[in-house]
Amino acid sequence: MKEYAYFPGCSLEKMAVSYHMSTRETTRKLGIKLNEIDDWNCCGATTYFYIDELLAYTLCARNLAIAEQTGLDVVAPCSACYKNMYFTVAHLKKDPDLAEHVNFALEEDNLHFTGDINVKHLIEVFCQDVGPEELKGKVTKPLTGVRVAPYYGCQIVRPQKEKEDVEQPQFFEDMLSAIGATPVNYPLKMRCCGGSLMISSRTAALSMVRNLLQCAVDSQAAVVATACPMCQVNLECYQQQVNQEFGTNFSMPILYFTQLVGLAMGIPAKKLGFGKEFVTLAPALLQPGQVVPVPD
Amino acid sequence: MEKKEKIGVYVCHCGTNIAGVVNVGEVSAWAADKLKDQGVVIARDYKFMCSSLGQELIQKDIKEMGLTRVVVAACSPHLHEKTFRNASKGAGLNPYLTELVSIREQDSWVHTDKVAATEKAKAIISGGVSRVIHHEALEPLHVPIHPDTLVVGGGIAGIQAALEIADAGFHVYLVEREPTIGGHMAQFDKTFPTLDCSACILTPKMVDAGNHPNITLLTYSEVEKVDGYVGSFTVTIRKRARGIKEADCTGCGICWEKCPKKVVDNVFEAGMGNRKAVYVPFPQAVPKYPVIDRINCTYYIKGTCKACEKFCPTNAIDFAQEDEIMNVQVGNVILATGYDPFDSRRITQYGYGRLANVFTSLEFERLCNAAGPTGGNIVLRDGKTAPQVVGIVHCVGSRDKNYNEYCSAICCMQSLKFAHLVRERTGAEVYNFYIDIRTAAKSYEEFYHRLLDEGTHFIRGKVAEISDAVRLPGEEGKLIIQVEDTLTGNQLRVPVDMAILSAGLEPRRDSKAVAKLFGISCSADGWFIERHPKLDPVATVTEGIYIAGCVQGPKDIPASVAQGAAAAARILGKIQQKEVALEPVRATVNEAQCSGCRICNNVCPFNAILFHEDKMVSEVNPALCQGCGTCVAACPAGAISGTGFSNEQILSQIDGLLFLNIPKKEAVAA
Amino acid sequence: MTVTPEPKPFEPVMIGFTCNWCSYRAADMAGTARMKYAPNVRLIRLMCSGRLDPTFVFKAFAGGADGVLVSGCHPGDCHYINQNYKALRRFHLMQRVLTQMGIEPGRLKLLWASAAEGAIFAREITKFVEEVRALGPLNWNANIGHPTADHELSSVVEGQPSTKEVTA
Repeated sequence: MKEYAYFPGCSLEKMAVSYHMSTRETTRKLGIKLNEIDDWNCCGATTYFYIDELLAYTLCARNLAIAEQTGLDVVAPCSACYKNMYFTVAHLKKDPDLAEHVNFALEEDNLHFTGDINVKHLIEVFCQDVGPEELKGKVTKPLTGVRVAPYYGCQIVRPQKEKEDVEQPQFFEDMLSAIGATPVNYPLKMRCCGGSLMISSRTAALSMVRNLLQCAVDSQAAVVATACPMCQVNLECYQQQVNQEFGTNFSMPILYFTQLVGLAMGIPAKKLGFGKEFVTLAPALLQPGQVVPVPD
Repeated sequence: MEKKEKIGVYVCHCGTNIAGVVNVGEVSAWAADKLKDQGVVIARDYKFMCSSLGQELIQKDIKEMGLTRVVVAACSPHLHEKTFRNASKGAGLNPYLTELVSIREQDSWVHTDKVAATEKAKAIISGGVSRVIHHEALEPLHVPIHPDTLVVGGGIAGIQAALEIADAGFHVYLVEREPTIGGHMAQFDKTFPTLDCSACILTPKMVDAGNHPNITLLTYSEVEKVDGYVGSFTVTIRKRARGIKEADCTGCGICWEKCPKKVVDNVFEAGMGNRKAVYVPFPQAVPKYPVIDRINCTYYIKGTCKACEKFCPTNAIDFAQEDEIMNVQVGNVILATGYDPFDSRRITQYGYGRLANVFTSLEFERLCNAAGPTGGNIVLRDGKTAPQVVGIVHCVGSRDKNYNEYCSAICCMQSLKFAHLVRERTGAEVYNFYIDIRTAAKSYEEFYHRLLDEGTHFIRGKVAEISDAVRLPGEEGKLIIQVEDTLTGNQLRVPVDMAILSAGLEPRRDSKAVAKLFGISCSADGWFIERHPKLDPVATVTEGIYIAGCVQGPKDIPASVAQGAAAAARILGKIQQKEVALEPVRATVNEAQCSGCRICNNVCPFNAILFHEDKMVSEVNPALCQGCGTCVAACPAGAISGTGFSNEQILSQIDGLLFLNIPKKEAVAA
Repeated sequence: MTVTPEPKPFEPVMIGFTCNWCSYRAADMAGTARMKYAPNVRLIRLMCSGRLDPTFVFKAFAGGADGVLVSGCHPGDCHYINQNYKALRRFHLMQRVLTQMGIEPGRLKLLWASAAEGAIFAREITKFVEEVRALGPLNWNANIGHPTADHELSSVVEGQPSTKEVTA
């Protein structure tokens, strides 16, 4: 049985609670045990590293030090949390001086960060640790005919870690195929959604979101799947504003990949956090196993 | 008391190259003083020892002081060992009694601490002096040169080399892996900067090579084994079975006309067109004999068809034909195996292989070629639509830390050529995306200006991405080239119908294996290494093996031709001399000390050590011995001595380097 | 406040064996490109790394060298086909013998360098010099001296159980 130290991250508590719910449900069905890290704190999100790098590292290292005590690898569903903690491990391992500073602070809490820990994104667990074959085996209601745009977002593979493919990764598509859906060719799948630019420079971010939505429509996707709460919120919650700003007519459902996987595994939609969307799903999509016509 | 040698030490300043770091005056004075007991009778320092005046200094001392040994401390022996040996020879001293030690590449050029560098120079000279005492007067070995030559690779460089040697009256084996000679040049449409038709200038040479009485053309063949050494190589060549009896074939072409099996031609047509299972790669192929592709031929797969055999008017088809192995004797070899284009699929953001209308340079050449898959019409992948806007991307896979750091030399000119051809044939708008415009050779810059006059848009920026994600009005159905125009500082989205990737040049995929076969070295990239990058670009460090053309590094056609001719000229010189002098660095077994254990026999990679059963001793064949010295080190009895690198010489050199040869031991560093 | 002069760092004396075709040319290339490295290594040119007789290495140590570098062509690239493999075997043997003599095996280094790898050659030499500097002077005469001297021999034997005679 696979077991991980689970770092939900701040968004999953409230804004992305459907991600949290669907994560719990699907991992349980896959036989994965997620032990939430005890007394975890915010990872610093996108901004903190630019305000004070040392404190930001310490913030992440605290979570990691607590997780180290369990001896388990960390899994984070949010791309920003994942990126921050992954690179905290990498940088502290490479820079003993930095590690010393950080550990000095952690000592106040009787904690020590050794670096002997791996950080994974939740989607990695699905795509690599579980793998498409095993996933397929657990599918009871394949999402046949559902055209899904795999939206990786920008932080999953950037900065590049070792030799991963940062231009044309296919693992998201492979996973979607495994659950019976039809992944579409989505050229902007690695483009930024604007992130926190939505707050600091609204128009710029809306324009970025608009491009992503337009491309999804052009690629004839029925739904966009994401792996990051920020992406989900930007693409879904601001769709109305995009329509107002640009005179467009978008009505594209944006779901977490775990929700789609959950549907395919036959888990009831309510338990996967459905019912909280701004852009509602076509009813047909909530009944997987039927052939769904391409939306116009 | 043993007679001491009379040693002269000469320390070169090499201008300021050595003297700027090493205190040459101090070093030569030190040598004269401290190494007196070793036999040093004179030590001089001079500005340029390799100059005629410098050499005369040595010669004068040899004659007047009766020097028996000479040590020169200057540059690398790889540069001037011969110079100083010849100088000594000129004064009547055996050249092998002269030693050149490097205090430049090994000292002054690599150290900044002048005190340490000066100390090191003293140590190096001390090592050289102790060593040279044990040198022996040697005579070089003379080996005969077989007048035949092997040229591997039938591209323009190989063809040129073969023709030059054959025209001079000597026989050449020209081996080519493909069914025809011609190489990549045969695939091109026009050549820059003259815009000559490539086939028109190449085919006369191909025909000459095919008809030449002194050239044995071995196409569809490969070299399998190379034995021997300069002057007498034995080469095993596999002539693959064409399935055609060459004596009977007239090249009429009925066989490929009638053949029902179409195959995608991934080699000559770069995957853009088809050929048949029995085919000639292109109409002007030399030799004219077709080849049956046994992988795709229905007969070899299912045992049926045989249409070619049915229709052949001269009964020249032979399905049972087998590969032929031939062994030839040659004196020298030229490797001219060319290049492979960079695989543009590796740069996934350019979309080659994923987006239909992204073409590579080789594919585009075939589009342009009148004998190509579209009859010379520049059209999109649908085979009919002419493009209205074309983008040409420079430096694909070159000048790129992620792929190849080097510049591929020809792609700028090639891209300009494409720009011109597109304009001329379609009237389309052309955009060239470049980092720098490299048009260095004769008439190249003028060609660039011609393109500027034609109205080509030049955008200085490395293309970030080619995508089909259209966004703005007017982009529908186009490919979007995303690039930063670094001269204006703007991000551009350039909608084009067709994108051409000017792919860089890479070494052949099997270049490392080929290098090993011939006993030469490859650089880390895979290009073959020349003897000297500046002064000897066509020879290799292996005597008798020469390189020409792109196999040595990316270059254009004139440079390849020049190298082919240069290699041929070198070989003709050697053939004329009828023999070549080999360095007498060899191993010799002292019979008296040999116990017949035969450890040395197995250690020799050249099988140069024979064992005499009657006398129970081993003997080294001096002609086959290459002088590596492994047997010298391996012999448990120390019965094998290596001339030029004997145990006494090296052990003395170690003593010298550690200043143990000086009676009152100098403070060794600290 | 008294000012004590900084003690001069120990400068190891080192001998390097290079092969004529690859590693010596790598050293030349480092020179032509004016790459800088530590001046402690004095090079000897052999035709091939396979020429290296272990006697040379021990002679170097006994003569006062604190470290010895053996370098040649990369496996598979030897100008004489595969003689560098012989060098590799001898290198491992020499390291064993050095250890049994009580000499740190880190004083002997094997480096493969092709003719194009001047930068690597320079970098590795500088690295090796630092490694030997950290080990300190070998002091062969004081520490190992002439092993035929009884008391020294017995100290070597006592310190190295592996040298004790094995009963038949």
